This record gives sequence, structure tokens and C-alpha cells, in this order.
Amino acid sequence: MGFISQHPVLVASIVKAAVLLFIVMTALAYLTWAERKIIAHIQSRWGPYFVGAHGLLQPLADGLKFLFKEDITPPVTDRLVYTLAPFLALSLSLTAIALIPFGPPSVLLPLVGQQAWSVTDLNIGLLLVFAITSMGVYGVALAGWSSNSKYPLMGGLRSSAQMISYEVSLTMSVVGVVLVAGTLSFNEIIQRQSGAFWHWNIFGLQHGAVPQIIGFLCYFTAAIAETNRVPFDLPEAETELVAGFHTEYSSFKFAMFFMAEYANMITVSCLATILFFGGWLSPFPSSWTWQIFLPGAGLVLLGIYCAYDTLTEMRGIARLQLAVVTLLALGGGLLCLIPAVAGVIQGPFWFTTKVLLILFFYIWMRGTLPRFRYDQLMSFGWKLLLPVSLANLVVTAFVMIWPWLRHG
Amino acid sequence: MILPLIIFSLCALLTVGGAVALILSREPIHSALALILVMVSLAVLYLLLGAPFVAAVQIIVYAGAVMVLFVFVIMLLNMGVEEQTDFSKIAKFVGVPLGLVLIVWIAHWMFHAQAGSAMGTGATMVPSSTRELSTQLFRQYLFPFEATSILILIALLGALVMARKEE
Amino acid sequence: MSVIPVSWYLVLSAILFGLGVVAFVFKRNVITIFMSIELMLNAVNLAFVAFARAHNQLDGLVFVFFVIVVAAAEAAVGLAIVIMLAQHRESLSVERVNLLKF
Repeated sequence: MGFISQHPVLVASIVKAAVLLFIVMTALAYLTWAERKIIAHIQSRWGPYFVGAHGLLQPLADGLKFLFKEDITPPVTDRLVYTLAPFLALSLSLTAIALIPFGPPSVLLPLVGQQAWSVTDLNIGLLLVFAITSMGVYGVALAGWSSNSKYPLMGGLRSSAQMISYEVSLTMSVVGVVLVAGTLSFNEIIQRQSGAFWHWNIFGLQHGAVPQIIGFLCYFTAAIAETNRVPFDLPEAETELVAGFHTEYSSFKFAMFFMAEYANMITVSCLATILFFGGWLSPFPSSWTWQIFLPGAGLVLLGIYCAYDTLTEMRGIARLQLAVVTLLALGGGLLCLIPAVAGVIQGPFWFTTKVLLILFFYIWMRGTLPRFRYDQLMSFGWKLLLPVSLANLVVTAFVMIWPWLRHG
Repeated sequence: MILPLIIFSLCALLTVGGAVALILSREPIHSALALILVMVSLAVLYLLLGAPFVAAVQIIVYAGAVMVLFVFVIMLLNMGVEEQTDFSKIAKFVGVPLGLVLIVWIAHWMFHAQAGSAMGTGATMVPSSTRELSTQLFRQYLFPFEATSILILIALLGALVMARKEE
Repeated sequence: MSVIPVSWYLVLSAILFGLGVVAFVFKRNVITIFMSIELMLNAVNLAFVAFARAHNQLDGLVFVFFVIVVAAAEAAVGLAIVIMLAQHRESLSVERVNLLKF
């Protein structure tokens, strides 16, 4: 007890990190469900629908499968590196999420007086997130190399070369935002975008800001290449390289790579919302006070839809699950309609909505686009994306310096 | 009070352990991994010393780019385990103690360096914010900055020319 | 804030530097020797940052910046040389690179 009262910040951070870890792992699991459902609907089929109502328990089934599958270890020469690579990939991906603020810093934890919505708050948060994601190359390179087989080696080397190439464009495309905000701290960057949705960095219509549309496009393209997703996923595509760098991994280690990829997606989407779409700010001007009831109203509507679904569902067990979901949604919605809770839940609600929209876009692209060939991919990254990011930086800097070109 | 001490001890242990692992490893890839561990622990030490920007630059550039280069080259030139021909007797019995004497000697003189007595309590929070650092970099140290940019360009061209296959 | 005396950081830096020298002298693989050079540079960086903290100046940090940059350039060129060496001498041991020995 004395320890807790002497080190309140440390204990609060540990608790927040544990809660965040739990939430992120659940979000990862349901992101895989969402991906399978959305791609299925894009391809005119149903996707998982059997395991739970609408296939909602599919991630649970997948998790159990990964746990119980046989762990086949190929004759690798280097056990240490072979076992280390997936742990490294997953731990780095999960660490980057600790730096991201999910809500305004004004909401404080009651006992500790520390901000409730981010695990840490640093002056150079943005730089550290890039530092952690740049270490993610090791997971891929070491996995490919230690598998002692030619497909993983090729996939690993190609994938890591792709990641380090697009990392440069990624950081360059963000410098425009840093110039506009004048700081590397996430909370400051979001505060500079306050107002309504036209003040967000992507539109940039506030005083002293430059629209960052090109910056966003460069950032998003580079981010998709960083996370090895379609259309940049040649190094891990089934028809090309068996499964790339994680061919020789099975069961739990493969699950770790899988989770690391989705965690990277979530991190990159969170960064995109913070830097370009105003983070936890709401798109409506702050003078419209009715908007604090939106989360509650949204959840209640979801509850009503789930109630309708419960009544039309045929299977008994699925009906039971849907009834539970309905009760949760309605309960949560009514809870959020209380003004005290509604004021607190605003920030995370808008943040989550924007992140989910960007993730939907990610999944949509996977269902729609063909993939780049490797040499096309590398020449695109170095010969087109990097010059465009640099040009965006130069133009932004130019406009920031010349006072009569700025808005307002 | 006790927390910086714990973090410092842990990072110092990791650093020295990584350096010793670098010396004692048989395979170059293990030495590279040990060196990456050293660099990341040093970044945490820079954070403890109140230089967050330098810590971030260390991880991004050193641990995240230079060491990736090392790892790539080791993978490319996968020449297997280092040859373990036996040391000559002189090397083993005189070299290792001499190495230890060197380490202790340098450590002793660094301990008694002038700045060691300046405790640096950090009461005046050293102006190591990014803004101040960049102001220094672009005003007082502008010439070295530009010179190192050209140096990197030359290094890039040189490495490109040398590593290309002979057509 | 930092109650750890600066001299402890300096001793750690000295130990790392000494270990780097020992690794440089005793190892036989060219790439490992290169890595020991990087270890020595890192030790020096730690000393710079410790001194910058002790004197409350920023010049130490700026110098660390330059050391990191120059080390990156040196690593790039050095590894290119190592690749050419490995291709010509078919071995990565420095004992094989002895054509200039008299």
C-alpha cells in the first residue's frame, strides 16, 4: 500500500498499460473478424457466419485453434533467433500503442491526478512512435533468415528492404504536419486542430495552417507499404512466395506475427487520425452542445438493431448471444446518455470512430486492389513517393514562411 | 528516488552484458543482436540523462538503420561460424588481463574526471528541448551540419559504386 | 531529478569503451570488428551526453548528433568494402587479408 501511495504515477501507468493491452488484443481479434466479413461481402459471399451470431465468435475459435495446433519447428540452425523474431515483432507493435492519446488530457483519473486517456505523454511522442516502428524491421528480417529455407529468406529480405525504403517517405510526409503544429507532441498537434472539421490538418483552413492533403496521401501509401498490406504485400503473398517470411512458423508463433501485423495497422491508423484528422476532436463545431449525446444515441440505435436481429435469428444459441449483445449495447447507450459520462466519453468515441473508418478503408483496399510487382514497388517508393513527400515538405515550409500566403 | 536507480542499474547491466555477449559470441548475428541491445539500453540511459531527442535519434538512426545494414550484410555474406583457431598462449594469458587492466584504468580516470563532481542535479532543467537543440544546430553549428550532409551524400555514392556487381 | 551521479555514467562509458577495444583486438571476423568500432562510438556518445548533463550545456548533444551521423556514413562505406573483400578473398577473417604483409 505504501508503494502505491509513494509511486502513484508508476502504478497508474501499469494499470493503464494492462487495460490498454487487453483492449488492443480484443480489438486485434475483432479486426480479423471484420476483415473476413468485409472482404467476403466485397466478394459477394457471406464470410464467417456459423460460429457465433454473424460469426462473432470466430476470433475465439481461431485463437483456440492457434493454441492447440502442433508447433512444428523446422531444422533451423539458430533456435535463439528463430524463437526471438515473433516475440520481437509483437512486443514492438504493442509498445507503439502506449504512446497514443485516445482522448483529451483534461480528463484525469480521480485518485492519481494523471491523464486518463494515454499511458504516457511525451514531448517527442511522434518521434518515439517512429523509432519503435523502425525497429519492426528486425522481426521480419530475422524471421526470414533464421528459417533456413529459401522462400522465407527471399520474403524476409524483400519485405525488410520494402519496410526500410518506405520508412523514409513515411517520416518525410509527416514533417509537414510538424511544421504546421510547431511541436512533436501529440496533444499539442491535436490542440492546434481544434474547432470544426475544416480545421483538421488535412483541410488545414485555420489560421497559420497549410492543407496537408498530399501529406496524408503520401503518409497513407507509405503506411500501407510499411505494414505489408495489399497492394504492397508481395513479400507475403501466397501465390508468389508461399507465405513469405513466416512460412516456417506454425501455431502460436505464426499467431504472433499475425497479431503484430494487425497491431501495426492499428498503430498506423491511430497516427493518421491524430496527425491529419484531429485525433479525439469532434467534427462538429464545439458550440453545438447536443453532440455530446451522439455516442449514447449511436449505441442505443445499435442496441435496437441488435434487438431486431435477435428476433429474426433462427438458431437458439445465436439468439442468446445476440440477446446478450443487445443488452450490452442498450445498457452502454443509456449509460452514455448520462451527461457526466457523455462528457468524458466524447474523446475516445470520436477517436475510435475515425480509426475504425481508416481501418475499413484499409480492408476495402485489400478486397479491391491487385498487388504491385516487387521492382515496381521499390521504384515507386524511391522515385515517386519520396520526391512527392519532400516536395510537400518544401511547399509547406514555403507557405508557412510567407505571411500573405497563409489562410486568415 | 529509487526508480532512477533501478532503471540505471538495469540498463547498465544490459549494456555491459550486451558488450560482453558481443565479445563472447561465436556467430556474427548474435553479436549484432547484442549490439542492438546495447544501443537500445543506451537510448534509455539518454532518456534518464534528460536528452529525449538524442534517445529517439539513437533508436531511429543507430539501432533502426545502421544495425539493419549490419544485419543485412551478415545475412548476405553468410559465411558461417567464425573460425575458432586456438589463441596463442601469449594472447590468452597476457592479452585478457591486459584488456581488463585497460578497462579498469580508463574507468578510474573517467571516475575522477572534472565533471564527475558537478552533480548536475537538473534543478535548472537543462534546455534540451528539441526546439533549443535545433536552434543551436542551425545557428552555431550550421557549417558542420551542412558538411555532414555532404559527407552522407558522398558515403551513399561511394557505397553504391562499390557494392554494385561488376557488369 | 537525476540523482545518479554523472560519474557513474562516465564509468559505464569507460567500461564500454574498454570492452570495445578488447573486442576489436581479439575478434577475427571483419564485421564483428566493425561492430566493436560502433560500440566504441556509442560509449563516447554516452560520455558526451553525460558531460552535457553535468555542465548543463547543449553542445554535447549536438556533438552526439554529429557522431551518430558520421558513424552511419562510415558504416555504409565500410560495409561496402567488407562486401567487396568477402567476394574477392572468399573469407571474412582478417587473417586472410594479408597480401600487404611483409
